[in-house]
Amino acid sequence: MEIILEKNKKRTGPVIFSKYNMGEGIKKALELGRENLLFEIKGAGLKGRGGAGFPTATKWMLSAAANAEKKFVVCNADEGEPGTFKDRVLLLEYPELVFEGMVIAGYIIGAKTGIVYLRGEYEYLLEALEEFLMKMREEKLLGKNILGKEAFDFDISIRLGSGAYVCGEETALIESLEGNRGEPRNRPPYPVNTGYLGYPTIVNNVETLASVPHIVTKGGEWFKKYGTDKSTGSKLFSVSGDCAKPGVYELPWGTKIKELLELVGAKNTKAVQVGGASGICIPKTQFDRAFAYEDAATGGSIMVFNEGRDMLKVLKNFLEFFVEESCGQCTPCRVGNTKLLEGVEKIERGEYTFAYISNLKELGHTMQVASKCGLGQSSPNSFISILENFKDEIFRTNGKGRNNGKA
Amino acid sequence: MVKRENTRTPVSQQPHIVDKPADTATIGGTISVEINEKKVTVPLGTTILEACRQNQIHIPTLCHHPDLCIAGVCRICVVDVEGMRTLQTACSFPITSPIKIRTSTPMVRKARRHIIDLLLSEHYGECYSCFRNGNCELQSLAKEYGVDSYTFGHVEKPRYEVDNSSASVIRDMSKCILCKRCVRTCIDLQEVGVLEAINRGHETHIGTFLDKPLADVICINCGQCINRCPTAALRANDPSDEIWAAIDDPQKHVVIQTAPSPRAAIGEEFGVEPGHSFTGELNTALKRIGFDKVFDTNFTADLTIIEEGTELLNRLKKAIVEKDESVKLPQFTSCSPGWVKFIEHFYPEYLDYLSTAKSPQQMFGAITKTFYAKEAGVDPADIVTVALMPCAAKKFECNRPEMNDSGFKDVDYGLTTREMAKMIKEAGIHLPEMPKSNFDDPFGEASGAGLIFGATGGVMEAALRTVYELVTGREVPFKNLVIEPCRGFEGIKQASVKLENCVEEYKFLEGVEVKFAVAHGTANAKKVMEMLRKGELVGYHFVEIMACPGGCLGGGGQPIPTSADIRKKRAEAIYAEEESLPIRKSHENPHVHYIYEKFLTEGPCSKLSHKLLHTHYTKRGKFIS
Ligand SMILES: Cc1cc2nc3c(=O)[nH]c(=O)nc-3n(C[C@H](O)[C@H](O)[C@H](O)COP(=O)(O)O)c2cc1C
Ligand code: SF4
Ligand code: SF4
Ligand code: SF4
Ligand code: SF4
Repeated sequence: MEIILEKNKKRTGPVIFSKYNMGEGIKKALELGRENLLFEIKGAGLKGRGGAGFPTATKWMLSAAANAEKKFVVCNADEGEPGTFKDRVLLLEYPELVFEGMVIAGYIIGAKTGIVYLRGEYEYLLEALEEFLMKMREEKLLGKNILGKEAFDFDISIRLGSGAYVCGEETALIESLEGNRGEPRNRPPYPVNTGYLGYPTIVNNVETLASVPHIVTKGGEWFKKYGTDKSTGSKLFSVSGDCAKPGVYELPWGTKIKELLELVGAKNTKAVQVGGASGICIPKTQFDRAFAYEDAATGGSIMVFNEGRDMLKVLKNFLEFFVEESCGQCTPCRVGNTKLLEGVEKIERGEYTFAYISNLKELGHTMQVASKCGLGQSSPNSFISILENFKDEIFRTNGKGRNNGKA
Repeated sequence: MVKRENTRTPVSQQPHIVDKPADTATIGGTISVEINEKKVTVPLGTTILEACRQNQIHIPTLCHHPDLCIAGVCRICVVDVEGMRTLQTACSFPITSPIKIRTSTPMVRKARRHIIDLLLSEHYGECYSCFRNGNCELQSLAKEYGVDSYTFGHVEKPRYEVDNSSASVIRDMSKCILCKRCVRTCIDLQEVGVLEAINRGHETHIGTFLDKPLADVICINCGQCINRCPTAALRANDPSDEIWAAIDDPQKHVVIQTAPSPRAAIGEEFGVEPGHSFTGELNTALKRIGFDKVFDTNFTADLTIIEEGTELLNRLKKAIVEKDESVKLPQFTSCSPGWVKFIEHFYPEYLDYLSTAKSPQQMFGAITKTFYAKEAGVDPADIVTVALMPCAAKKFECNRPEMNDSGFKDVDYGLTTREMAKMIKEAGIHLPEMPKSNFDDPFGEASGAGLIFGATGGVMEAALRTVYELVTGREVPFKNLVIEPCRGFEGIKQASVKLENCVEEYKFLEGVEVKFAVAHGTANAKKVMEMLRKGELVGYHFVEIMACPGGCLGGGGQPIPTSADIRKKRAEAIYAEEESLPIRKSHENPHVHYIYEKFLTEGPCSKLSHKLLHTHYTKRGKFIS
């Protein structure tokens, strides 16, 4: 909680947290024009920071190309993945980056309306953010004829989510904005063509949007200096769990797991869960893997587990989360997660056969390919990776089954 | 951009209105794709499912229904699309680029099998003790995929209590597989909106407002949800045990009336292709089962036309001659109990527009326990009246407290086509093999006008045949009495007929253009009511509304499955049968004349007919306490 309290203090870092003067991004964007902007963002290699890692320029180009009377820019500030809290920090310390990112996106795709979908639990940020928007309007960074540019109008409103994890999924988010039950839609069509109210809509993570003003002012080449070939720039990591210094860290992509562990003062680490509950669990033997889209990908959530942790309990926690948070519309996810959880409970009680466990893993693979949205597609990740990477610990048996009386 | 059709269904769930690439014209609006290595060409925007079906490739479905918008939730129709990370649901995937599709890869088959296993693991009950045994989409899938054991277990206890509060629809959510067809039916097709998914994750279930019993919410009892449920989770409230008991009781005189639509559909329950009527065979079967008399509901349909038509003429006279501005026009039909409950809930302020005439079913009950009892010399207390109806709402209707005008419960039981078929089978009868026989006297054969009540537009057509002739002394000016504007399945039909050279009594109608409208399905009814509210029906005289899509032949008590195609075939069967009947106008039915001579001696809309053949309605409103 220390993060929230340091209200007027801005942390610093190489890219996202680097120095920025409010208004510069929009000003430069208007000078560059749409084509150059897209070129710059594409050149920077910016990919989505919300978890899926979709190339941002491609998404924006698609909706810029769509023909429609209205378009929308949505900032996904639902931040529901267990163990992430970096978007909150951005909104608190660098709201100008996020909002200007939205304005620039609006300029590029031809939208006049931006909507921030703010996680319900962040309601306490609302007043300050609204004030900030007022300030931007006063400085002509929002509203009609932004910075004097004829016919460039854009404004932003903030809507509160109502507490379902799945509402962070972009199409469920759109349903929720429309006042419906938060259930993911079928794709195609994609939101870039058919989104909010049926109009072309881009949904981007807070951090993705916050990267944009930096790229615009400092250039794609500068951005690309950080990170790896395929993962450019830096990433905000929300670190929690067994470490001395949990919190938000900005590090270039390509940073190795062990480097991060050192930085946060983690000792006797047994495993790192990369990417939240829907991510994968990486054992000690693989700590020299790097955080990158092409290796250990993450939307930012890093959970550290030390030797004292029972990995089966960790897994059970994750699965309980999914059993509850699945929107419940599709079979593989609604029933599948329940079955995986049942499996873990059977392992706990020592009532399993390896054939049954292997059936469940197969089921996990089906869930990955047959679920309707990212939630069900990624919920078996932890089941598969934990059972695989910690099988010795989990299936430690006394002849027949795990003796859970002690474990 | 194509505007969405209704307010709820997300645009993205409607593949047919997906944005199409701008170069549609240049490539002629079609596209070539590969399905299982075979090249096929389909119109742009065709779903993978449609493309496969057009090419005789079977894809299993469960949440898909031809009447409903796409859901994509059961996931059983997944296929492999080359280059895509995950499998894609064939039902929801519109083809807009030259993709390569595989419908039976190991991964696809495994996923489908897993999905069936998962559904079965949570599905309470066993098929042999289930009324959908043999006509269940889940069961067929299990068979198709060779399921011979429960890989992920099988629930042993019901998860939910059965809701049998409603006179019409029983909900057993322990058998629900959450395909949401009922939800889409109730919200999108009927625009009633009783059912929705409640809660999240494993706790998700289909429920009503605050999970109240169905009897306590705004359900109109149409039963359309039942007809689209793939499993036994929804069913009609079945009175067949009580009916058997009555048949077996020698003291009871059990009388059945049969409506037109069940005859045109019941064959389907015996494996006959849709589109064949079994009127005469059914009469024989019912007598063999043990009903004492088999009557034709069309008789009271004819009576309805006389009563409702007279009521309309009375309203017109009041409005035109007496310049009475309190008269409500257009007059709306009242023979569909689903529609009646719909207007009671959603438009209670417009109840005065509704004809006060009872439905044919209820008229028959009242007449049977009065006129018929006397004629036949049977104590009405011993008469049990059964109504074979295509309808679930008829069950609620016969239980309305006001429907006791004979001094007894006018109609004791409403029985659906499905339940009737079950009774016939139980009696060891194969319906299609039965010899034909006639309806019993004193009501005998009715007119064809009554028969076409079963199809949307039928009541209007029947009424026009009679009213036009009463007023002008001539037949309606349509070839072979077929009033084309009333036919067909368009959601809302509007037309007019001009009255000229009227007979003396109706001179006040000289030159009047009778404007009428016909709607089916309560989503369309809602549109009509909004037109009325906005004043767009000023100058209209008569509106027919049926709660169910297609009219009664698509009723909630009809055989499962239903689809536009099946409804069309049932309509064809009804219209074909009607053209072969000797009498095709209600006012020419001799039995109708007989009853006005012998019993309702003061004529239509008189005191006695008001007591027995007319009713009143309840302002229910939308809000539930
Ligand atoms: C279950 C689920 C929850 C998600 N929650 C979030 C979230 O809280 N915040 C977020 O930015 N993206 C979330 N996403 C990812 C979004 O669907 C979407 O990919 C993202 O907002 C796109 O933005 P980006 O391209 O900038 O990353 C979630 C996805 C799934 C499947
Ligand atoms: S995968 Fe899960 S969260 Fe996503 S649509 Fe299906 S049930 Fe809902
Ligand atoms: S609903 Fe279908 S699968 Fe279920 S018990 Fe009945 S017949 Fe069998
Ligand atoms: S019977 Fe009709 S109104 Fe009632 S729940 Fe079913 S579809 Fe809805
Ligand atoms: S009640 Fe029937 S139609 Fe409704 S969701 Fe359940 S299985 Fe599907």
